[in-house]
Amino acid sequence: MGLSGYLVVSTLLFGIGAFGFLARRNSILMLICIELMLNAVNLSLVAFNAYAGPGEVTGAIFALMIMAVAAAEATVGLGLVIAIIRTRQTAEVDEYSELKE
Amino acid sequence: MLATGVVGGGLAVVTLRNIIHSAIAMMVCFGSLAGMYLLLGAGIVAAAQVLIYLGAISVLILFAIMLTQAGDANLPAPFHRQVWFAAVVALATIGLIGWVVISTDWGAGAEAVAVVLDELATALFTDFALPFEILSLLLLAAIIGAIYLARRPEEDERAN
Repeated sequence: MGLSGYLVVSTLLFGIGAFGFLARRNSILMLICIELMLNAVNLSLVAFNAYAGPGEVTGAIFALMIMAVAAAEATVGLGLVIAIIRTRQTAEVDEYSELKE
Repeated sequence: MLATGVVGGGLAVVTLRNIIHSAIAMMVCFGSLAGMYLLLGAGIVAAAQVLIYLGAISVLILFAIMLTQAGDANLPAPFHRQVWFAAVVALATIGLIGWVVISTDWGAGAEAVAVVLDELATALFTDFALPFEILSLLLLAAIIGAIYLARRPEEDERAN
């Protein structure tokens, strides 16, 4: 498939994630879309690493660290979302409009 | 085929109406990504992808959905009013990055080189030792923060 094939897949996944984050109303789904975008970046890093020549490991290490940070982000993000849903009784982000009045 | 899994799974995530179906499509997408990492010769990254994303984060998200959407029979409209604006922004992003990727000469005929696990481990504990340790501190902070956010309010706090 070659390097550009992997990069095109990564670009498409990033764009899909960005679209979902901007367009969907459900707060949990917005978090899922952030995960999609992080995975797209991970794919491009691993692809660059694989085509950078023998003995290169930096891209793979970056991908592993992004995964750990994404896990921390998902934990705190879902904790926040559950706390908000518990107090507001809805998961739709356009219902969170107290600051508007 | 793996690329179809990744892109199709991603599309299903953002378009499906029921959020549980979206989460299942997300797992398909992440599984196909693990296959792509294997193709690229990064077995350790594929293993971490299966463990962290397919195992931990998917289960976490499914739990969050089940905690919050219990018995939600009438599904609301999935998209904002600004869905067309979002589509334009996403298409512009894809077009811009895709144009850069396609118009650049990446050196045709190059072969993917597998990651050597010995070198990765050595680099992780020598050159990248400080980020590695900071990462453990970050995970600890995330655990404490999540516990604080998810606990129920105490009785005396609820009184105020």
